[in-house]
Formats: sequence, C-alpha cells, structure tokens
Amino acid sequence: MASVHSTAEPDFRTKLQDWLPKLVLSPSVAAMVVFVYGFIVYTIYLSFTDSKMLPSYDWVGFKNYATLFGLSAWSTALVNLAVFASLYIVICMAIGLLLAIFLDQKIRGESVLRPIYLYPMALSFIVTGTAWKWFLDPGIGLEHTMHLWGWESFKFGWIKDRNMAIYTLVIAAVWQSSGFVMAMFLAGLRGIDNEMLKAAQIDGASNWQLYRRIVIPLLRPAFMSAFVILAHLAIKSYDLVIALTGGGPGRATELPATFMYSYTFTRNQMGVGAASAVIMLMGVAAVMVPYIYSELKEKK
Amino acid sequence: MAVATQDTAVRTGRITRTFIYVVLIFFACFYLLPFFIMVVNSLKPLPEITGGNMMALPKEPTIAPWLSAWSTAQIGVEATGLKPYFLNSILMVVPAVAISTVLGALNGYILTKWRFRGDTILFGLMLFSCFIPFQIVLIPMARILGILGLASTIPGLILVHVVYGIGFATLYFRNYYAAVPTELVRSAQIDGAGFFQIFWRIMLPLSGPITIVCIIWQFTNIWNDFLFGASFAGSNPPMTVALNNLVQSSTGVKEYNVHFAGAILAALPTLLVYIVAGRYFVRGLMAGSVKG
Repeated sequence: MASVHSTAEPDFRTKLQDWLPKLVLSPSVAAMVVFVYGFIVYTIYLSFTDSKMLPSYDWVGFKNYATLFGLSAWSTALVNLAVFASLYIVICMAIGLLLAIFLDQKIRGESVLRPIYLYPMALSFIVTGTAWKWFLDPGIGLEHTMHLWGWESFKFGWIKDRNMAIYTLVIAAVWQSSGFVMAMFLAGLRGIDNEMLKAAQIDGASNWQLYRRIVIPLLRPAFMSAFVILAHLAIKSYDLVIALTGGGPGRATELPATFMYSYTFTRNQMGVGAASAVIMLMGVAAVMVPYIYSELKEKK
Repeated sequence: MAVATQDTAVRTGRITRTFIYVVLIFFACFYLLPFFIMVVNSLKPLPEITGGNMMALPKEPTIAPWLSAWSTAQIGVEATGLKPYFLNSILMVVPAVAISTVLGALNGYILTKWRFRGDTILFGLMLFSCFIPFQIVLIPMARILGILGLASTIPGLILVHVVYGIGFATLYFRNYYAAVPTELVRSAQIDGAGFFQIFWRIMLPLSGPITIVCIIWQFTNIWNDFLFGASFAGSNPPMTVALNNLVQSSTGVKEYNVHFAGAILAALPTLLVYIVAGRYFVRGLMAGSVKG
C-alpha cells in the first residue's frame, strides 16, 4: 500500500501542476465568456425581439434595424460620429506628432512640459466636460472675457449653435487625449536607431527630408496604435457628451452612445437600443479585429 | 557632451529652436488653461464669477465653495455634498483595482510561461473584450446584477469593473512577461519549484514597473467611469455621477464656484496618482506596454 501511495502521490502532484495554470486562468476565462461574449450574444438576440421596457423574447426579425435606420435621430448620430471621430483622430494625431517631434529635440524642461501635456488624460470626461462647458459658454466664458478685455465684437457661441456644437466636443476631446497620443509617438521616436539618422544626414538629407522619408514611415506602428485607440474611444464617447452638451442643442451633438442609452433606458425601446449597440460593436470590430489579428500574428 | 543620446540626431538652428519653444509653451498653456480657470474660480464668491472676468485672480478668496461642494451642496434630493459619493468611489476603486491587477498578473504569467493549445486565440478574445463598446453589455448586465441582488450596490460595481478590467490588466502583464526569459522559469521548474513558487519568487519581483502602469491605468479608468456608475449604481452612485448631477441640476442659481470645487475634488485622486507615479507610467509605456 505504502509503495503504491508513494508512486501515486507525485503523479497527483505533477498532474496538479499541469492543471494549475489552467485552473487559475479559468475564472477570468469564465468571466469573459459570460460577461463579454455571452452578453454580446444576448444583446444581439434582443435586437431581433420586440423588447420595450423589459426584455421580451418575441422574434421580430430585422424590424428593429429597419426602424433604427429609419430614425432621423440615428442618422444624425451617425453623421455626428463621422464628423467628430474624423476630426478628433486627425487633430489628436497631428498635435501628438508635432509635440512629440518638438519634445524630442533635446528640449530644456522636457520633464516639466511632458506631465503638463499628459495630465488631462488623468481627468474624467465628466470633469473635462464641466470645465469646457463653462469656458465655452458665451455668457460667462471666453466670449464674455474677451468683451471685458475690450474686444467687443468677439463672438464664440459654438456650444449654443446647432451647426457648430459638435466642434466643441472635438475641442474638449482633443484637449483630453492629444497628450496621450504625444506620449505614444514619443515612445516610438525614442525607439528609432540614431545611427540610421546620422547616416542619412551624412548623405545630405535635410531635417525635413529626414522626418518625411525616414522618421515618419518608421513610426507606422505608433500611428496604427494611436488610430485604433482613438477610433474606439470616439465610437464609445458618452460621458463627454453628457457633461458638455447633454446631446444638444436639439440633437446637434447626439452620438450613437447617447442614442443607445436614451432609447434603451428612457424611451423604453430596448429592441432598437440593442440594435444600435450591435451596430456600435460592429464599428469597433471593423477597426479592432484586423488590428488584433495582425498584432498576434506578428508576435508568433 | 556625450555624443550618444536617446534623442534623434537632428540639429536645429536658433530660429527653429525659438519657434519650437514657442509652440511647446503655447500648448502647455492650452493644456493648463481649463484647470487654472477651475482652480481660480473655485475660490471666488459667486457674484465675482457672474459679474467678473474668469481669468482674474479672486479678489476675496474664499474656501466656502469647497466646503459646500464637499459637505452641504444639494445633490439629487439631499444636501449631503459630494462626501458620501467620494467614499463610494473609494470603496469601489480599491478592491476593483486590486483584484483586476492580481488576476491580470496571473493571467499574463500563464499566457506567456505556461502556454497551451489555443492560448493565442484566447488572448485575442480577451484583447478584443477590452475594446468593446460597453453599450453592448448594458442591458444583460443590468439583468444579471438584478438577479444576483447586486443592483445599486458597491459590490455590484466592483464586479462590473473587475470583469471589464481583466482584459487590459492581462494585456499589460502578458506583453511585459513576454520579455522575461522562459529559461528562467524552466530552470526553476527543474529545481522543483511549482507554479505559485515561480510566480512568487521569480515573476513578482520583476513586476514592479508594469504593476505600477497597470494600477494607474485601472485606477484612472475605474475612478473616471461614468457609464457603469450611471447605469447600475442607483442611489449609491460614484463621484463622477454625483458630480454630473450637481452640475446639471436645474434647480436654483447655478453655483459655478461650487461646481468647480466639486470637479477638482473628483479629479484630485487621479491627479494625485498621476503626479506621484506618472513618471513610471510614461516609462512603462515606453518600455513597450503599448507597441510603438
């Protein structure tokens, strides 16, 4: 008996050691399967039912999607998202790249400037929105201040203007995220081999050529990462709209995220809300899946 | 002067350099301006704001708005100030950050050092889960929290943040541990060290920088979250939701100075974390936790 026991025990121990990693990983995997992918399936299912205030399981096919794309509020939200996302991404990248390149020129006080550029990303969009809402308010903010300073004709009422309000979202969002993009580009720049640049210089390349022909192409991965992160942030944008404009004036700053919330929880049209969430997910997937696929493939 | 620096080899003339400094300082002002305005105006009595200049320093500085924001301002129906909501946020953020970071470290360790069939696909699925728009999980999450009896509770919010925080935590640790030589783990195994011993004795002592990055990231995200708080917290909302209620409340005179004091209170913990540990965050980013 004793001998059987002594040979069985290490067996059990090795087996345990084999299983331990999977055992430790399993709660996370279970959480992901249920709370992420299970929930996604559930929401997709709801988008095909006539759920109103509460989930219902009566299948209605693509009716909610037809309703959704027939709603002018949804088209407004999509157009707004397109305007907001493209400006937000382009401006953040432009400012981020500019600051990163400039900061990379052996700048005195880099250690002071860098945290100043980065701190907005530590703030919540609710705080950012509160600050900018006030700053942009013509009655007490920038416009008022300019008048007090003697520039009587100065006008800046975008936040109250249906046609311009969406751009105030861009201003606040760029303020919040461009420093983070700067950090990503700076990390990319610091990873570039100096010798290569020196060689190009010896060959007579000007600074401009150096950046345009060598440095910026080498930053491709940083551009990709920045694009992916900014694009998914843009699609998810919710807090900033709530804090800054509340979706208004009218529907001027409605985005898919605010649309989804109001249709699901305040207008009792859960089916339509679920459908809009599915479209949002498809938007994010269109950006993320190819990126993740190439990342994982490359690492093997 | 050392020739080899980490900066690029570009040489710039005097005019260019002046231009660079002007641009850099201009942007520094742009980033600082809103915060400057918030601080300055949170120290003014209300008439000085509505009638005055937002850029002016307070003539009669007062901390009354801060006291009001903290303990007496009307939020929702009660005049409790932001204090109870601040506590809600603390009670939510500390366990959520701790649990998600520990799980992330273990997952990262397993996915790099105890590889198995399909681990890359699993990681890919986990990675994608970081980026889903949370609108897609709002409806079922509300149902599940109701069924579990966790709706409108802090533990409910902790659960939500842990579940959706695991992905990023795993991503950080996995990318970091990928650079730790696997031979180290192999030789420890040959010496008879088990799964947890290797983690405890070898991986953990190496994990300082990435743990800081992960904690800052999770802390900032969870503290700043609004969507989950607004959707699931009911009468126990975190700080961000309470601040929004305070600012958006339509009753009475808009007390801008109190709003600003409240906004700074809501920003303070993440700013503090950032000021104390932000350097390590940037260093961690540069060490490759974000590919660039």
